[in-house]
Amino acid sequence: MTQKLEYLKESPSQTAGPYVHIGCTPNFTGIEIYGEDLGASMKTGPVKGQEITIKGTVFDGTGTPLRDAMIEIWQPDGEGLFNSANETRGQADPNFTGWGRSPGDMNTGEFTFDTVKPGAVPFPDGRMQAPHVTFWVVARGINIGLHTRMYFEDEADANAVDPILTRIEHQNRVPTLLAKKEGDGVYRFDIRLQGEGETIFFDI
Amino acid sequence: MTIIKNSGGFVPRDRNWQPAALTPQYKTSVKRSPQAALLSFPTTLSEETNPVFGHNMLGDLDNDLIHNYAASGESAIGPRIIVHGRVLDEMGRPVPGALLEFWQANAGGRYRHKKESYLAPLDPNFGGCGRTITGEDGSYEFRTIQPGPYPWPNGMNDWRPAHIHFSVFGHGFAQRLITQMYFEGDPHIWLCPIVGTIDDKAAVESLIAPLDMHRTVPMDSRAYKFDIVLRGRRQTFFENRVEGM
Repeated sequence: MTQKLEYLKESPSQTAGPYVHIGCTPNFTGIEIYGEDLGASMKTGPVKGQEITIKGTVFDGTGTPLRDAMIEIWQPDGEGLFNSANETRGQADPNFTGWGRSPGDMNTGEFTFDTVKPGAVPFPDGRMQAPHVTFWVVARGINIGLHTRMYFEDEADANAVDPILTRIEHQNRVPTLLAKKEGDGVYRFDIRLQGEGETIFFDI
Repeated sequence: MTIIKNSGGFVPRDRNWQPAALTPQYKTSVKRSPQAALLSFPTTLSEETNPVFGHNMLGDLDNDLIHNYAASGESAIGPRIIVHGRVLDEMGRPVPGALLEFWQANAGGRYRHKKESYLAPLDPNFGGCGRTITGEDGSYEFRTIQPGPYPWPNGMNDWRPAHIHFSVFGHGFAQRLITQMYFEGDPHIWLCPIVGTIDDKAAVESLIAPLDMHRTVPMDSRAYKFDIVLRGRRQTFFENRVEGM
């Protein structure tokens, strides 16, 4: 016998189910208890940096858009600082929360985030990572939330030396992580859960 | 100079303990499950930081589902219960300031949602959602009614055990978790294809809340205890190598 380590086990995930919007965006479902849904707005005043809009749709393995998903994003401000208690490198833009949550459009499932273009953040070894936005997707049929990242196709130089993008074995899948510029300040990031063009998801 | 951080990256998820993405008995997972392997890499600041939610954002009735949607002087129908517990990390440390959001069906097993078609009636005094933030010791508490089991379209005769959904924010986005709490003694737990997405019996049992007679309010509400464990962070003196080692 040895001593016991006595660590606890993480609570197992269970699907968010078809009614995740009741719990996380109740106003969207017509249940008005809290005022504004959390994460509906990422800006609380004038923000620093380049304001951008991110749009996208989550597709299943048959190419059908999900209309019962919840998508969350998390990112630093325009200078690469997080509005978080764990941010020790400086004071982030107080008017930018960095966190957004969208139930998608009721009819099309398309999500929209009005945000700022994120600044760069270092990797643990000190190298800089390319600017990116963290995505987390839950829905009925997804047993454990899916993490991925959105990078910017117009940041080719930074992407070319990014510590994560460069270590992906199948480089032909990297474009699944790149947002396409659709217009001035508008980026599209579609997420494919399965099959052709399947987005790279992270065990993070 | 050596940088000594208070905490390092998050401990990787135990994917054998967590449900797989593809679980054919839960049919919706078949076309919503990634087929390629997940990409593993160490957590970075993007996953080790998290939005902060202050207690001042909470309304007085946010943690009282019996009353937060009810007309004045009325209350939701169903067995009155208190759900309480602690949010801890894998090292057993409390997680203070964690935002918990919860949602559930009413006592008849019906959700307040336009896509819901179960014939059980809506309760005009029950919305079905609430939220709270853990205290310094990681503890939380809310009041609700016990939800009912209900049938759902999967197989021809599948029923969900009574359950409450939980969404949890800890201190890092890597800890983000959605799960469900089940009730001790419910025979539907072991019949449910969604519960069955978890292979490990002990893992399922960690989602079953026991009746807690010590926390009941006599002549008012019974209580169930539900602790939630989030991923832990490594301690890291040696994470950044001391020069010369």
